Amino acid sequence: MTAIRVLVGTKKGAFILTSDGKRDHWSVAGPHFAGWEIYHVKGSPVDPDRIYASQTSSWFGQVIQRSSDGGRTWEQPGSTPGSAREGSGTTEPGADAGNGGFPKGESNKFAYDTSPGSGKPLTTHQWYDGTQHPWEFARVWHLEPSLADPDTVYAGVEDAALFRSTDGGKSWHELAGLRGHESGPGWQPGAGGMCLHTILLDPVDPERMFIAISAAGTFRSDDAGRTWRPVNRGLNSQFMPDPTAEVGHCVHRIAFHPSRPNVLFMQKHWDIMRSDDAGESWHEVSGDLPSDFGFPIDVHAHEPETIYVVPIKSDSEHYPPEGKLRVYRSRTGGNEWEALTNGLPQQDCYVNILRDAMAVDSLDPCGIYFGTTGGQVYASADGGDRWKPIVRDLPGVLSVEVQVVP
Amino acid sequence: MIRVVLPEHLRTLANVDHEVKLEVADPVTQRSILDALEAAYPMLRGTVRDHETLKRRPLVRFFACEDDVSHDPPDAPLPEAIASGTEPFFIIGAIAGG
Repeated sequence: MTAIRVLVGTKKGAFILTSDGKRDHWSVAGPHFAGWEIYHVKGSPVDPDRIYASQTSSWFGQVIQRSSDGGRTWEQPGSTPGSAREGSGTTEPGADAGNGGFPKGESNKFAYDTSPGSGKPLTTHQWYDGTQHPWEFARVWHLEPSLADPDTVYAGVEDAALFRSTDGGKSWHELAGLRGHESGPGWQPGAGGMCLHTILLDPVDPERMFIAISAAGTFRSDDAGRTWRPVNRGLNSQFMPDPTAEVGHCVHRIAFHPSRPNVLFMQKHWDIMRSDDAGESWHEVSGDLPSDFGFPIDVHAHEPETIYVVPIKSDSEHYPPEGKLRVYRSRTGGNEWEALTNGLPQQDCYVNILRDAMAVDSLDPCGIYFGTTGGQVYASADGGDRWKPIVRDLPGVLSVEVQVVP
Repeated sequence: MIRVVLPEHLRTLANVDHEVKLEVADPVTQRSILDALEAAYPMLRGTVRDHETLKRRPLVRFFACEDDVSHDPPDAPLPEAIASGTEPFFIIGAIAGG
């Protein structure tokens, strides 16, 4: 029997919401990793019970967690608590190899590649005041499991870089060609830090990937992540000295339909954008939205021209216009939008919906899910026509993903 | 045996109780204690000090015999009461951030 699993990352732990295919009644499990910020939780499309989580703390740094049973139990890859001391027998640092000789404690290590052969390693990027600033790892914003291998997973991190693990999260290696792009020293942090927050793996062309960075823009690789180039032509950002420069845009989120990966949709700092040529050029499709500022954007599972955004009043007032929480749906790939309000609060609502906090399931009718900074997770089981909160009082929601489990 | 008290979040990560006991060779210093701690509990690598620079994370503090030794040199010998196990070495998450 089909089950739905919604993976929710919050400011104080992870929660797993489950339901059957009707999506009427939900159970809540958690908090997992209580008290930690969980930036993202995502399952492998190959093995839905293999789930990765980014657990972070300003005090204690980055921890990668992995589950092999659908989120019931978790481990730090390569360093499970029960086996931590096996094979050690010494207090000499570095002498505690276990797990078949693999060094333990590497799953949390995200070291920028500074090797000469990795493409002119970059040591600085632009800081808020225009000076150069050292690249410093802060946290993993986004985990994107491979479409083909449950042990391969990509991590988008702050300060912006892309890492990959091919051993189930035990160790991570930077795909340094991205940060090695000649524009790297000009990248600068957005208000939330200089984060690589979106990773799209092309299901048609396994060599092609897209990533997005705030505030550098969108980049594309056509060789499985070895080399990258910016794809931002057509973006216009008035806060930049050159509003149409190739690099420097605050892209909040990009999305595509898996059957049509050359058609990209973007929620930029301001503006909803569309590309029909894999990012080579973009045009605005904000149309009749009440505000084209926002964070998430997503595509209906079965209708590639149906897209969803949640308008936010402005970059200085991160809440819905008029205190009304409205998802907007376009069935025409942009420009013409309809407000979806049935079941959503239409007065005194001042939450925000963050960039990784919207997801769609693959059932028919398509389910849409989003989480708020107020701790609600709303779901629609009919493509957005009717909504209801499936949990109300979680900590502020940072991310939402959904799985259909056979 | 050296006694080390970990903050709650790190106890959870390491799956240990309030206090852990470690064999540490002389001289007993912050560095030798953390080396031994990370060797015994590798999942704690990077949580107390940086993976590569081995610098203390900014919001982690060290206390020995009721003194804040966070800013002492990592190779400075710790008090005899720590070295003998009479007193525990405290690793604390700073009270910051609300």
